[in-house]
Amino acid sequence: MIRYLSTRLWHSAITLVLASVVIFIGIRQLPGDPAIAMAGEEASPEQLDAIRSKLGLDQPLPVQYFAFVGRLLQGDLGKSTRTGTPVTDLLAGTLPVTLWLAAYAIVVAVVAGVLLGVVAERYRGRWPEWLSNGFALIGLSVPSFWLGLLAILYLAVNLGWFPASGYVDVGTNPVRGLYYLTLPALILGTGLAAVILRQTRASMIETMSTDYVRTARAKGLGGGRILFRYGLRNSLIVVVTIVGLQLGGLISGAVVTERIFALPGFGKLTLDSVFTRDYPVIQAVVLVITVGYILINLAVDILYSVINPRIRVGSN
Amino acid sequence: MAGGILLALVVLVALLAPLLAPYDPAQVHFATPFQKPGTVGFLLGTDDLGRDIFSRLVFGIRSSLEVGVLAVLLSVVIGTPLGLLAGYWRWLDAIISRLNDVTLAFPFLIIAVGLVAISGPSLGNAAVAIGIAHIPAMIRIIRGETLRIKESDFVIGARTMDASGGRIIFQHILPNTASALIVQATVIMPAAVIGEAVLSFLGLGIQPPAPSLGIMLSDAQQYLFRSPTAAIVPGLGIAAICLAFNLFGDALRDAMDPAATSRKK
Repeated sequence: MIRYLSTRLWHSAITLVLASVVIFIGIRQLPGDPAIAMAGEEASPEQLDAIRSKLGLDQPLPVQYFAFVGRLLQGDLGKSTRTGTPVTDLLAGTLPVTLWLAAYAIVVAVVAGVLLGVVAERYRGRWPEWLSNGFALIGLSVPSFWLGLLAILYLAVNLGWFPASGYVDVGTNPVRGLYYLTLPALILGTGLAAVILRQTRASMIETMSTDYVRTARAKGLGGGRILFRYGLRNSLIVVVTIVGLQLGGLISGAVVTERIFALPGFGKLTLDSVFTRDYPVIQAVVLVITVGYILINLAVDILYSVINPRIRVGSN
Repeated sequence: MAGGILLALVVLVALLAPLLAPYDPAQVHFATPFQKPGTVGFLLGTDDLGRDIFSRLVFGIRSSLEVGVLAVLLSVVIGTPLGLLAGYWRWLDAIISRLNDVTLAFPFLIIAVGLVAISGPSLGNAAVAIGIAHIPAMIRIIRGETLRIKESDFVIGARTMDASGGRIIFQHILPNTASALIVQATVIMPAAVIGEAVLSFLGLGIQPPAPSLGIMLSDAQQYLFRSPTAAIVPGLGIAAICLAFNLFGDALRDAMDPAATSRKK
């Protein structure tokens, strides 16, 4: 276990370093000279040089890289060139919206996916399985943002069940906040639910035909007990993996979902920063997602090894 | 079977787009905006600028497939050699796997955001972002195939005949990875089509007035209540393409893996 964890940590550390190098190089590729941007087009070469040396741009690249990492480690992400607001404030204002949305969507997807997956396995060859398979195929083929538009049109406006847009902070008013997030979370969770459904079904079919389930049945254990103790427990491993693998898609999906439902989240910050060429914000957005993504995947892998002892033992 | 027919239909529509579309997809008819579907001359009606929705759908499908094909090509061209190398030589495996982890750390939308920040939004950049995002999976699949094929008798035979590593990889292993590669391509295509729609919807992909299903959707959102068809049509287009590839891919997988078929029954 310790050996597995240390290898995994080591790999994540390498990935973090390499990813930061990629981002650093990416920032150098951005169009426009920061010195000209600060001093203006008419600045003399001497003024530009002065600004360059002030910003450290005349230093060798490795020195600049370590300065860049040093600033990041101190939590200094710079200021928005558009509004002058510190980028950390912008992140603090928008990240909670997206995290609530993503968490809600994951809960929806796991509950719906596992439930429908189990139904598909229990009623093989009968109509509930067709229904469940149909849902999976639609969930995988239909773009969620299109579903979002249709949901606004029919569920929100025509039927009036949900608000079509807007956001209420979940922290200050949980009931209203979650109500406002319900439709976006359903839309964001659909694709993930479809993937979880397919995998749950496959893993349930495999587990239920194993010898130990047959033995349990022969022992006279009830169907429900077998389902929960053997079937679902094994499917859980698959579900955790899938959620980890699909996080990248979930982040992309959240950006689109926020756009459709006009949520003031991280996705909106991302798009605004790209369209206004607000480079410090773009840099921060990319960094937060990348670092967050690496750390979450590490957490998923550790969780995975806790649930599934075979990975701990057989890691080498 | 159904997947194959649908797929053939989608590809035909894309190839024959200039023949099928009655109008230029960007041509505006200011006199006739918001025509209902079935109006004479406008099969699926018109949008806010009076552009023919059917023509835009047909050309949008064409753009979707263009991005899909480019993305698949990119991930194949880069992913296949790296997968072969990683599978064949263990010391390269560690390096390539770390590079894979780094690529995986950037979700496709973030790659797209970076590319757009550096060189502006375009069809090409959308395809590159989607292609890069699918390289790690391609590498893993080809690597897995290589590991498996490397142990087969004919490769061991070739090695005893003193064949060089390069020769074994190109002559013996590469041709045998073809089926896995084709199946993976059918996985990337629908993802790329949705990816293109997402990027264009957000303004990070194909730029108007070029036709794209994603742009059609984002335009249609502005007047969703006045003309729901304008939003429904492009979504159905995307769904049809994805359904075609998903069904076709599933059938292909079953056909290539007899074990999976017998297990399913």
